Amino acid sequence: MHELGIASSILECVQAEAAKRPNNRITKVGVKIGELAAVDCDALQFGFEVLVKDTEWEPLALELEYVPRMQRCSKCAYDFRMTEFDPSCPLCGDFSTRCISGEELDIAYMEVEE
Amino acid sequence: MNRIAVEKKVLNENQILAEALRERYRQNGVLCVNLISAPGSGKTALLERTLERMDKSTRVAVLTGDLQTENDAIRLAKFGFPVKQITTGGTCHLDAKMIGRHLEDWKLEDLDLLIVENVGNLVCPSSYDLGEDAKIVLLSTTEGEDKPLKYPSIFFKSELMLLTKIDLLPYVPFKAEVARENARRIHPDMEIIDVSSTTGEGLDRWMEWLKARQEKAKAKLQVSK
Repeated sequence: MHELGIASSILECVQAEAAKRPNNRITKVGVKIGELAAVDCDALQFGFEVLVKDTEWEPLALELEYVPRMQRCSKCAYDFRMTEFDPSCPLCGDFSTRCISGEELDIAYMEVEE
Repeated sequence: MNRIAVEKKVLNENQILAEALRERYRQNGVLCVNLISAPGSGKTALLERTLERMDKSTRVAVLTGDLQTENDAIRLAKFGFPVKQITTGGTCHLDAKMIGRHLEDWKLEDLDLLIVENVGNLVCPSSYDLGEDAKIVLLSTTEGEDKPLKYPSIFFKSELMLLTKIDLLPYVPFKAEVARENARRIHPDMEIIDVSSTTGEGLDRWMEWLKARQEKAKAKLQVSK
């Protein structure tokens, strides 16, 4: 629902980076989207395409990496993918597990042409 | 082709503004809470009952967000506390910039509590930090018990869940125990308080929660002085 706004924030980050590199052309931006980020990847990809279309940024590609929600057990330190919303540790059964990934909404990298 | 690592939040600009707001709240001992729910879960009704019960010596202010109309601000202004409506036009959430702009003519040192009523939406508000001390999610008994499973992000990020309209439990098929269980599957240590803005049930516990958190905000201020 707010993916166009997110797309626009991504483009602003690219523009800020581009301003620092007047002799390079940024061709791709890589973004991590966590399972808990409440962002729909298809809608974001679509929004981004619409945003750059017919502008000087048009060939700029957006690559999305989906990051699943991972939990770490505080008792036995086992890391596991949380499925079916069951936070208990599949190894030792303990419930004191905490989220270690899945909240990402991060720019990871950009690809530049020399 | 050269790949450069960036490692930056997509919503970096919002995050910077939100952190600045958080610091201003901290320096002034203001507790800021961000109320989030689907449209019609009873955020405004809860705020009416909250302001009605609020100790008149408490310096509270409300920012209320909607796409259009001043209706909520008019409803809430009756209680004599400062209220400002944020009409977003079409935007489905509040962001830190909107909060900052609407706080411009209020002095934070004159406040103890700032309540932000977000736009009715369980999705987008979860992505935008407003500098609040706590997000509070409302789930009403006229919705489905599986809302926490359908919209996990906001239930994961909220410290407190208010189960609203509990006076309707005898008349609706909603199973409160299942809803609480679903919420705890997403967020095992989230606090849950059952309330009814119609009968007043549970409101004392909610007011106590707010008071305890306000004292915590003030205590932090003492420590930093």
